[in-house]
Amino acid sequence: MDIMALTAVELAKKIRQREISAREAVEAAFRNIEKQEAVLHSYVTLDREGAFRRAEAVQRRIDAGEEVGILAGVPVAVKDNICTKGILTTCSSKILENFVPFFSAEAMQNLEQAGAVLIGKTNMDEFAMGSTTETSYYGVTKNPWNTEYVPGGSSGGSCAAVAAEECAFALGSDTGGSIRQPSSFCGVTGLKPTYGTVSRYGLIAYGSSLDQIGPIAKDVSDCAAILEAVASYDSKDSTSIKRESYDFTSALVEDVKGLRIGIPRDYFTEGLDIEVKAAIEKAIRVLEERGALVEEFDLNFVEYAIPAYYIIASAEASSNLARFDGVKYGYRTEEYEGLHAMYKRTRSEGFGAEVKRRIMLGSFVLSSGYYDAYYLKALKTKALIKKAFDRAFERYDVIAAPVSPATAPKLGESLSDPIQMYLGDIYTISVNLAGLPGISVPCGVDEKGLPIGMQLIGNCFEEKKIIRAAYTWEQSRTYQRCPIAKKEVG
Amino acid sequence: MANVISDEMIEYVGILAKLELSEEEKEQAKKDMGRMLDYIDKLNELDTDGVEPMSHVFPVKNVFREDVVENKDDRESILSNAPKKKDGSFFVPKTVE
Repeated sequence: MDIMALTAVELAKKIRQREISAREAVEAAFRNIEKQEAVLHSYVTLDREGAFRRAEAVQRRIDAGEEVGILAGVPVAVKDNICTKGILTTCSSKILENFVPFFSAEAMQNLEQAGAVLIGKTNMDEFAMGSTTETSYYGVTKNPWNTEYVPGGSSGGSCAAVAAEECAFALGSDTGGSIRQPSSFCGVTGLKPTYGTVSRYGLIAYGSSLDQIGPIAKDVSDCAAILEAVASYDSKDSTSIKRESYDFTSALVEDVKGLRIGIPRDYFTEGLDIEVKAAIEKAIRVLEERGALVEEFDLNFVEYAIPAYYIIASAEASSNLARFDGVKYGYRTEEYEGLHAMYKRTRSEGFGAEVKRRIMLGSFVLSSGYYDAYYLKALKTKALIKKAFDRAFERYDVIAAPVSPATAPKLGESLSDPIQMYLGDIYTISVNLAGLPGISVPCGVDEKGLPIGMQLIGNCFEEKKIIRAAYTWEQSRTYQRCPIAKKEVG
Repeated sequence: MANVISDEMIEYVGILAKLELSEEEKEQAKKDMGRMLDYIDKLNELDTDGVEPMSHVFPVKNVFREDVVENKDDRESILSNAPKKKDGSFFVPKTVE
């Protein structure tokens, strides 16, 4: 049996029924890792020994007939900005090259509670700043569908690892599209929950008002089950929301009869690749045939989301990243005279170009004399964007949209023009600004053989509606494995 | 480019950001920031008079808790990541004469 071809939920079931052992699952993941990692580089850190130790511990509990979690024994990869106790957590930055957290993020603890077995930490854009995973200090990750292309970002390592079946599922984080866009580029399913649903405790902050942790997996059922496991109210995160319900799996129903789906006309205009547009329109037609009520509408303010985002995210980043000063953890420069020189040199040597660019921009927009013109203006724009979504959700249950204007770009083509790269986030960024849940589901491949994703956006706390729509869409097709994963396991 | 960033401005932002940029990096930063501000200036097209700035999407309030120590003594663990330490403290260059 090809263990790694199973979904996380299927694998968990077989482990609970003792058809497959937790150890065998970890072995299978590492077989794929050994075969492919030299090319793909999905991981920054692999913890083989620890993974086997954790698998044995879970297995002992299963063998003893104890009650185990819904992900017991399932190998998981976790983005390297999520703190893992005793395991290197670098944020793909030089400045955290030696940082070993002495605590685990709340989401990580919840995962372990559910029995998942951590096998490694995945590559990302440095501090999650980027859309291609090319700004990592530890080298680029390649797209498993075609290694000349990027996997997207910033959770590129997590998505590549899921697509290439180097883990059963993964956690990512999404500040402006960092779960949904690479999921789309790698042909997997990724969900960004409503802001405040998954605790940010132990997630190394980038833009705190936008950051959310979420699941990346082979299908919608996995995403719902994983979200159910990691979501929780957490008093350690002051923006954590006490939700009425943490049930998401009951929405895995093949039924969209009467579901009102809005199509933002202003998302389907120039700039959207023809093949991407056609694939999404086809998927929407399938939902319509299944009884959904589809209607076009004008969302408005679309072109203002990116400038507002870069002001807000950079401002928050400049403040959040002030903690990296060479005193408490991470890298410290070799030679310095005095405290301030040490701070400055440490940070200048420890951060990469994109991170410095955003810290500079953030410092500028928060500086006296510019605060009102830029930062406050961005917060007012955010209010308008939120209101536009509120109006849309008065009429629709779900908004269907592209994830990205095009499929994955080639390696090395994006970083030379930052603004061009930022424009690629046009369909995902406003969802973060408005705190909404969004899911990316595969909906075909283009002529180059690269995956296309469809985005389904819900109102705050209405994950269940997008899960139901995504699940119904998914039932109309079979999961497309990437070419690397399809090759016979040796 | 509509926004021209002066040397003084880059110097000042560098101080705020606690970054020491090389001459080459400064020139690049001037260009990058100018271009970015040109792009961001698009927001000026929007009439935001009377719009309340939104820092948080939900009407949340401050979260308070009793001022009771809940964590245990983590000094050793916390210091385990310090680049330099001495006598149970972080070690930094002399700051007060």
